[in-house]
Amino acid sequence: MKKKRIRLTPYLFLAVPLALLIVFTYLPVVSMFGYSVTAWDGLSPTKEFVGGDNYVEIATRPELFGVLKVSLYYIVASAAQTVLALYFAIVLSFDVRFRNLFKGILFFPYLINGVAIGMVFLYFFQPGGTLDTTLRLIGLESLTHQWLGDPDTVNWSLAGTSIWRYLGLNFVLFLGAVQSIPAQVYEAAELDGANRWHQARYIILPGIKPVIGLMVILAVSGSLSVFEIPYIMTGGANGSETFVISAVNMAFKYYKLGLASAMAVVLLLLVLVVTWIQRRVVPEERVDLT
Amino acid sequence: MRKAIAAGLLAVGVLATGCSGGDDADSGKVEGEITVLTQRTDIVNTVFQEYKKRFEAKYPDVKVKFEAITDYEGEVRIRMGTKDYGDVLLIPNSVNADQLPAFFEPLGTVDELKDRYRFVRTEQTFDGKVYGLAITGNAQGFVYNKKVWAQAGITAPPKTPEEFLAALKAVKEKTGAIPLYTNYKETWPLGQWEGLRGTITGDPDAVTKLAQDDAPWTAGKEHHVIDSLLFDVVKQGLTEPDPTTTNWEQSKGLLGTGKVATMALGSWSVVQMQAAAPDKADIGYLPFPTQTNGKFHTVVSGDYKNAVNRNSKHKAAARAWVEWFADESNYAVDQGGVPVVLGQQMPATLADLAAADVQYLEFNPAPKGQEGLDGKIGNAAEIALFDGKYRQRIVDAARGAKKESKEDIFADLNKRWKQARATVK
Repeated sequence: MKKKRIRLTPYLFLAVPLALLIVFTYLPVVSMFGYSVTAWDGLSPTKEFVGGDNYVEIATRPELFGVLKVSLYYIVASAAQTVLALYFAIVLSFDVRFRNLFKGILFFPYLINGVAIGMVFLYFFQPGGTLDTTLRLIGLESLTHQWLGDPDTVNWSLAGTSIWRYLGLNFVLFLGAVQSIPAQVYEAAELDGANRWHQARYIILPGIKPVIGLMVILAVSGSLSVFEIPYIMTGGANGSETFVISAVNMAFKYYKLGLASAMAVVLLLLVLVVTWIQRRVVPEERVDLT
Repeated sequence: MRKAIAAGLLAVGVLATGCSGGDDADSGKVEGEITVLTQRTDIVNTVFQEYKKRFEAKYPDVKVKFEAITDYEGEVRIRMGTKDYGDVLLIPNSVNADQLPAFFEPLGTVDELKDRYRFVRTEQTFDGKVYGLAITGNAQGFVYNKKVWAQAGITAPPKTPEEFLAALKAVKEKTGAIPLYTNYKETWPLGQWEGLRGTITGDPDAVTKLAQDDAPWTAGKEHHVIDSLLFDVVKQGLTEPDPTTTNWEQSKGLLGTGKVATMALGSWSVVQMQAAAPDKADIGYLPFPTQTNGKFHTVVSGDYKNAVNRNSKHKAAARAWVEWFADESNYAVDQGGVPVVLGQQMPATLADLAAADVQYLEFNPAPKGQEGLDGKIGNAAEIALFDGKYRQRIVDAARGAKKESKEDIFADLNKRWKQARATVK
């Protein structure tokens, strides 16, 4: 009797998250595959089955993929973000004064609602806004600029906002990994005469390699599917349209739910392929510091 | 950089999953609790509570409940995938005429209602049946700050696009105000330019002809005239310096206080601009700067239409609300709109149009089988006429943010329109 209950408990704990996952992730994905083979306007009670027509249309319309260029800005930004997060995680894992305060400051943006961040940064970037005012105060008036209005800077501005928002999450994940390295390893290193740089280079970096690999995958797939910040701040106008925004427009502006679902499926496959390639290039290895 | 990948992608999937409720018999009497959907989040707790009181006094067996929705267009369309979309609701603009019978209860035939109400002849009707009564009506043109225009020395409405541009230039030079504000960032205000079709030619069949045209962006045609004016205004620097950071709520105050001189919006905007102005008399309304046979024209058309949910359990009560709202609520007059009941006076907000002897016209119904065809073609072509997105592209090109000429854009629009027209039947 007792044995049986032990076996049941983990499944009971699993049931709730699994139910949520199935209802809000897998079922919609399945119906998304379903929609992607129809021509549906999102309203009419009948969905006309069109087979692979939507996929053929995507394949024969290269301009639909043109927007993926915008993702390059975010890939560059996420590289910078990963490096910054790693730097802060390593620095703050040592005994620095006010380290908990700094941790809080770095993580805080991630806790704010994305819509609120979009609004705040709209004021930040608008002409005569916070950024321009600050530049003026420190005598860099010549740099003031239409940050979102100029097609050459709009994507950098948005990607910068994205760094600000997601840096905290990367940082916390890195910090967790860094702190999981046993203290004896550092002590031994110090006895051997290693300084902080040596510790970072030869203990921490190899020690958190799997987390770095994970971060890179998340960064690339995230960059391919950027949505929230550009959608709120510019609505995809002025050359800041991303692949997901164009899929959403396809569904809710032009009412081509079928084509939009097919675009979503294609993006899903794209992310899977990129992840697979990364895993092949940088295979996961178990780390053993002891 | 972990983006909300699931949120963005799966929106497409999640939002379309529906459910269905059980059916109780409808008693056919004016009784029961009805849910009324409205887009007026700003006055649902004030003006609408007054309506509720008056309606319930007349029909004591009915209880009215309101549901105010901010993103009305987007949200209600998705809810219509279920049966639960209120008893009375405003028909979303994106519902095609041929889809009306599947979702709404007919209110009567066109012949029965056309002598009593405006707009029922053409709008939200299908197969000779009327599915919705407008809450109010709008004229089309430009809302403007009279004081600023007067300071620039312009007192008569411009008669040609050239005169209009010269007037805006004078505003810029003499007053320092932004001559015309596009509200580019919000997108939908640019869609308001689409409402101007019909005002250029004064032709009540303008929309039908648009749907039968293979190249609407050809010189001399309405879309060419409208979009050229937009292009030229931006090109000549007569709009806000950074269109990507505009703000709709702030823009009302800017126009009210004279920091902005003009905006292209339906006449519904006049009341809201007046509310943001120190003196109501500062705000006026201009017709589109073209004349046919020596006269200005403006199109009057219905705003949202109240309709009865086909799945409602209290259809009689819901219907009573729809009629009461049109006949007795006085909403149209209070909002400065064109009254829905025929024979009632034009509102004071449009006194400027009357003074300029602007001719009002209502569109004729589309030929059978072509109802809403222009919208279908627009969507198939991924132009979405009323959305404003394609006009963002025109603004971008005009201000030099996109390396395209006006002709490039018009040629591309014509090409896509023609291709789409061939596929949509």
